[in-house]
Parts: sequence; structure tokens; C-alpha cells
Amino acid sequence: MTPLLRLVIVGHVDHGKSTLIGRLFHDSGKLPEGKLEQLKAAAERRGMEFEWANLMDGLQAERDQNVTIDTAQIWFRTPKREAVIIDAPGHKEFLKNMVTGAASADAALLVVAADEGVQEQTRRHASLLTLLGLRQVAVVVNKMDSAGFTQAAFDKVRQDCSAFFAKLGLEPRAFIPISARHGDNVVSPSTKMPWHSGPTLLESLDTFSVPAPPEGRPLRFPVQDVYRFDDRRIIVGRIESGTLRVGDRLLFSPRDKTSVVKTIERWPTHDGKAVTAGMSVGITLAEQIYVERGQVGSHEEHPPIETDVFDAKVFWLGKDALEVGRPYTLKLATQDVECRVQSIEKIVDPVALTETPGGGSVPRDAIAEVSLRTRTHIALDDSALSPATGRFVLAKDGLILGGGIVSPCRYPDRRSALAGIKSRNLSWTEGKVGRKDREGRNRHRGTVLWMTGLSGSGKSAIGVELERELFRMGLHTYFLDGDNVRHGLSSNLGFSPEDRAENIRRTGEVAKLFLDSGAVVITAFISPYRDDRQLARSIVPEGDFVEIFLDCPLEVCETRDTKGLYRKARSGEIRDFTGISAPYERPEKPEITLRTDRQSIAESVAQVIDYLKSRVLKPSA
Amino acid sequence: MDHLDRLENDSVFILREAYRKFDKLAMLWSMGKDSTVMLWLARKAFLGRVPYPVLHIDTTFKIPSMVEFRDRMAREMKLDLIVSKNEGALSRKRTFPDGGATRVECCTWLKKDALKKAVDERGFNGIIVGVRRDEEPTRAKERYFSPRDANMEWDVEDQPPEFWDQFKTDFKPGTHVRIHPLLHWTELDIWDYIAREKIPVISLYFSDANGERYRSIGCAQCTARIRSTARTPAEIAEELRKTNVPERAGRAQDKESEDAFEKLRRDGYM
Repeated sequence: MTPLLRLVIVGHVDHGKSTLIGRLFHDSGKLPEGKLEQLKAAAERRGMEFEWANLMDGLQAERDQNVTIDTAQIWFRTPKREAVIIDAPGHKEFLKNMVTGAASADAALLVVAADEGVQEQTRRHASLLTLLGLRQVAVVVNKMDSAGFTQAAFDKVRQDCSAFFAKLGLEPRAFIPISARHGDNVVSPSTKMPWHSGPTLLESLDTFSVPAPPEGRPLRFPVQDVYRFDDRRIIVGRIESGTLRVGDRLLFSPRDKTSVVKTIERWPTHDGKAVTAGMSVGITLAEQIYVERGQVGSHEEHPPIETDVFDAKVFWLGKDALEVGRPYTLKLATQDVECRVQSIEKIVDPVALTETPGGGSVPRDAIAEVSLRTRTHIALDDSALSPATGRFVLAKDGLILGGGIVSPCRYPDRRSALAGIKSRNLSWTEGKVGRKDREGRNRHRGTVLWMTGLSGSGKSAIGVELERELFRMGLHTYFLDGDNVRHGLSSNLGFSPEDRAENIRRTGEVAKLFLDSGAVVITAFISPYRDDRQLARSIVPEGDFVEIFLDCPLEVCETRDTKGLYRKARSGEIRDFTGISAPYERPEKPEITLRTDRQSIAESVAQVIDYLKSRVLKPSA
Repeated sequence: MDHLDRLENDSVFILREAYRKFDKLAMLWSMGKDSTVMLWLARKAFLGRVPYPVLHIDTTFKIPSMVEFRDRMAREMKLDLIVSKNEGALSRKRTFPDGGATRVECCTWLKKDALKKAVDERGFNGIIVGVRRDEEPTRAKERYFSPRDANMEWDVEDQPPEFWDQFKTDFKPGTHVRIHPLLHWTELDIWDYIAREKIPVISLYFSDANGERYRSIGCAQCTARIRSTARTPAEIAEELRKTNVPERAGRAQDKESEDAFEKLRRDGYM
């Protein structure tokens, strides 16, 4: 049997979506027996003109007001295949119902009335379709009867639509001029529009395809549940992509446990065959490892990303705005985790497609590019590579209020960063001279002064002055400058998120050794990721890590541009440049904040020394 | 994967979500083809078991062979079967046609109220129901996870969004959720699947000595037979491929008024 095509019909309110469906059914002879008579009788009782729309508007309120409130579905056969048609409401109030209908579709028809042309919901629906991942779209120019069946009216709509879709990076498969009310070009070609040489609407449906489940992609097996009906532990879930066989070694992320597939469980037959994308399966494992709902099974060579911070494009349907810092539930595959919006990069108006810099919230019905931070690590993928593990919804009190797709990752995969910590299977050789001995002789404590801030915020300038001042005061001190460390210790690292994480880890380890020698260590690294700074903090003993945030607006840093780097970043000569093409996560609770756009270097140095006086300048007891 | 495989795997996914999210779960079984397929899918999902009670809302007007089929299958599948009746309405004869009730009133009292009784007594918070979108227009509006308030009412104008297999599964105490794992199936899919999987179904669906069969079964007084020669699931599927007559044409309670069925469903009917 050929797979069923799921086709959604969207567009502005009153542009004739439901009418089109009624006409399609009538003309193709698919209308259930007695239905037409029933609808006509109902219209007569109500003293209203008969409307095709009433076929799909199954609710009394919908028929009374001639408006579709909720999405509905109806089954249909084209000459070539089976299809289910999803009618989505066009009214702005019912956008959540439109998304509910459209998200499950393989293809879309966007209905635009020739007399009114492209309207607000036309644009909004087109924007949402692309975000929902629908790439197969045809534009149906309806109500050609009210535009005199002229090619000029059709061309106007076609040009407007093409321009809008071009901005979305999408090219419609076809433009079809029709009159749903009179049946022109719906099932049979219209005699009133001889200038149209393209397909009828029915013909255009057969140009759409149903994507096959992604069997050839890397395996993604989100764990839905673990059953213990008898002495076996059966791990169940749906394979979202790839193929799974008995004997495969599976990695479960996050938490990185591995085990071998022992059996594939089925009922009523038990053939042990490989299982592939789209199948809801059950497996048992050879070794008893702890696996739970939410983890994603993969093969070791192609794991998902493991992180607690990522970028995404979201659409927001909630009545209350999506706010930075407030907790929401993020649901991605079978994972549920508390999540907050860390920052909003920009807000896109889905109607005008204008972009504005993000502030503290995303209003209802807007699209935004955001950074999200989850409370615990989760497994995910770039949505372009793996849709099922690259999309998520945001919920509050259980109610879904928005959705989003994961952008290409600008943050380090924490799996590699964590692996760095894990490989510490060695013992530390204790010397006969300890840190306290050294601090006693030095007559001051050691500490790590960790400066973080954008390029141009003044880290090196303050670092060298601070080092000189501390030295002058008689302190043992050493300044680890970011550029200097990259010349040697980290000369094999670039600026990818993973390399940045490794650079910070190495620096943290070096700072720890200096600290053990009793020195006041000053570091000057952009260190843009909160997790990396947290890692550096966790390397040194509690209380010895002083995070100094050089808080200086990007515009000011860019004007300084002492090394000419911003100019190169803006021109694209340098990639992954913090603040321009890579993110900077502001510290949440730094020990010291220096407003380097407002205060002089000397003032900043004095502020740090003032902080150190009570903590460092006398040796520990 | 073919069409039926996709339907089956998605239904199994929904059944497993329901089992994971609701601690007091039950499945409605009318012995009709849809809920019988649903039992089969449950055993696929839970590897041979039905790990929650199966609830039959007994109006006492069911065609006698249905009860015989019920008890035999329940034994074979080792079901935890609960039979719920609205004894009060039955003893007071609030029934159609002999009790003077309309068909819709009879459905409300004997089905909806009997379901509410079972939900209240057993504290169920999730009820799995085998409705399909293609059956009739209000069911076409349904969600996979569809909330009902404490009075079992359905707020159809403000349903929670659900997409990308993410559902609203948290609800206030006192409310329950209807879970609809067959929502995306059609009548034809059901018969194709019964034929493929060789699922035992009640013989009322097959053509009898008079050349008649039931296309949809319910209470004897409100369900009519159709003319048919189909004697196997495959023959029924063949017959359906050629017909334009709606499935519930033989169900009289839908037709008392234009919105009779919508009213029933808003009030908590299946």
C-alpha cells in the first residue's frame, strides 16, 4: 500500500479553505452519501445560504458562525494515492489549533483569495509552515470568480507570495488559480482560465511525496519506558532514525552508559529481525545498566549532542509572553526537563518578517532566536540533521505554549568536556611542602582571579596593571594571558566551542598548579561559556576562585577594537567570534563586576585590590 | 514500512505514553471492531499483556452474542474486565424506546452516566477510547489526549495544542483524560488490519444467512444491519473501498437533531 499523504490546508480566515475541501470532495465523487442533502437542509433551516464549508466544520458553533475553530481531518483518494486532508483554522485566535493540524502534515496548500490577496494570516501561516519543517507547499489562488478570472489578479498574488516565500527560503511547488465555489481548476480544468497551463488542484496533489522514515541516518532511539512485567527489563521506545540490530553496542545519552542489545522483543511473533526508523520496539540488554525514560540510545560512533545550553528558533503561542529567566518545561523526544531562556538574540515578526533585537520577552505569536539553558544535561541534535531529536515544545503547568527547533550548535558538546574530567584515574603525589607552608612564608594566601569578558573589554590591560600592583605590594603573582597561553600550551586548539572548552580546562588546571604554589594567579580569557567557567571553578578548591566580570557593552568593545578583530569578524574573515558570531554568556553571580566602559583601568585595579584585602592579604591560619 | 505498519507503530507509541503518564488507566471495550483492534495493539505495546483494567459499559441492550464474545475473549486474554451499568436508570426504566426516553437521553444515562460511575468509583484518570477521526465530524476535532472535566464535559472550543508527539498529560485532580490511540485510523484501515493480523472479531460483522451484517454495532434497538455479502475481513475491506455510505448511517441516536452527536460528546459521551 502506498503511504498516506497528510495534507494540511492553511491560509487567511475566509479565504475559502473549508469551501475548497467541500468542493474537492463533491467533484471527485468522494462525498459520503446523503451528506450534501443533509448540509443543504441544515442551511435552509438556519435561513442561510448553503456553504461547502459546513462539511468540515463539524461543530455547531462553527456552522453558526461560518468559521473553523479547530482542526479537522477527512480522508480522500487522488487518482494515484490515499490522502488525509487536514483543515486548519485561519483565524488568528485559533493559531494553536492551526499548529496542531499543520505539524503532522507532509505537505501544505496555502489558500489565498484573489480579491483580498496576501493577508496577515497568509504570511503568518507561511512562516510557521517553514518553522514546522514543511517544505512541500503549493499556493492555491481562490475566488478567481470574484476577480473576473483574470490573469492579472492571479499574477499579483503569485508575485506577492513568491516574494514572501523567497524570504523564508522556500519555493512553492505550484500556483493554481481556482474557484472553489464554482469548481474551476479544482478537479477538472477551467474553461474560464485558458491562460493557466499548470495543473489542477487535484493533479498538484500527486506532485507531493511522503518522506520515508530515515532508516539510513544515525540511530536515535529515545527511551519511552522500561517494563518489568517479569524478570526481564524491557526498554521500549520508537526508533526515530536509523537501524538497530541484536548485538549492537548502544550508548545511552545523557549519562553515557553503554550495553549490547541482547534481544528485540515482539508480540505475537518473535523473529529477532533488525528494527528501523518509525517502529515502536522493545529490547533487552546484555549487561544490566540503569536506563530510564528520556535517554537517547545511539551507536557510539554517532552520538547526539549532550549539553545544557543550546540555541533554538522558537514560536510562542502562550497568552503570557515567553520570559527570560522564568522556568518552563522543555519536552524533547521523551525528555522532560526544567528550562529557562538565557537570552533572546532576536525577535522575528512572522507577518512582516522584520527582525528586532531581543529583550526580556517574546510576545504571543512571535518567532524568536533564543539561547536556552536546561537544569540538567539533555541529548539533542541539530534539527536539520535529525528532526525528531532536534525539535521540542515548551510547556507551563503541563500546557504546551510553544515549540522550537534546535539550531546548529554554538556551544561545546559537554560530552567531551566531561570526558576530560572523567579520565582522572591517577593518584596525586603529595609533596613534603604544602600550599599552606608556602602561603605562610609568602605571608599571603593564594587565589585565582578569573577575568571574563568580551574581546576589547580590557582583560589584558587590567591584568598587566593588576599584576604589577600586586607585585609592588610584595605578593607572589603570575598573569596567565589568554593570547600567551594559546601561543604554547593551547597552540593546537582553535575557536570551535569544543576547543574553547578545552582551552579553558587547561588554563584552569594550570591556574590550580600556580595556586598550589601559593601565588595569586590572574587569568585573562574571554571564557564565554558559563559551563566552562563553572568547570574551571570546580577544578580549584572552594573559595579560591574569584570570578571577575568585565562588563562592557559590545558597541564599546567594538569601537575600541584594539586588535582589529571585530572588523575581521564583521567581514566574515574570522568565524566563531564571541559577541558577533558566537555567544557570550554573562556570569550570573560574579564575585566582582568591573564596569570597564565607565571606570578607568586604575579604578578597576583598585576595586580588585580592595576586594582582596580582607581575603588574601593575610595568610591562612 | 507500509501504511498499516505506520498506523500500528504510532498507536503503540500513544498507548505506551498513556501507560507511562497515567497511574489509574482503563481501556473501554465495546466488543466492536475498533476497541477489539485496540486490545490487540495493547498486547503489541505491552508484549502480550493488557496491563490495566478493561471496562465494558453495559447498557443491557447489547446484542446477546456480544456478551458471549466478551466473556470468552476476556478469559483467553486474561483481561481484568470491569462491567459497569447504570442500575438506577435501568431500574427506573429511563430507556429508549420502552421507557419513554429519547435515544439521546438513553445514551446519556446508560452509557455516559455508567462511564462516569466507573470513573468515580475506581478513580480512573485516563480512559483509553477507540474513537476515530473519520467516524463523524466532532470526532474529527479530537486530540490524542483529550481532557474531560469533573462533569466529564469536553471543552471543544479550547483544546490543548498537541504536536510533534508531545501531549498535555498533566491534569487537575477530579478530571480525567480520554486517550484516543486509533484517532488516525479509518474504518477501512481497521478492516485491512484485522485481515492482516487475523484478529478475532465478533461474527455480527459478517454477512448472515439473510445476506445482512452489522457495519457498526451498539444497542440492538438503535443499530441497523446493512445488506452485504461480505463474510471475511478482507471482503469487508473490499466492500468499503466501493461505498460512499457513512459508517454510522445505521446508528439512530446520531440523527435525532443536527448536533445530537456533538451534544452527546460535549457531555462526556465516547
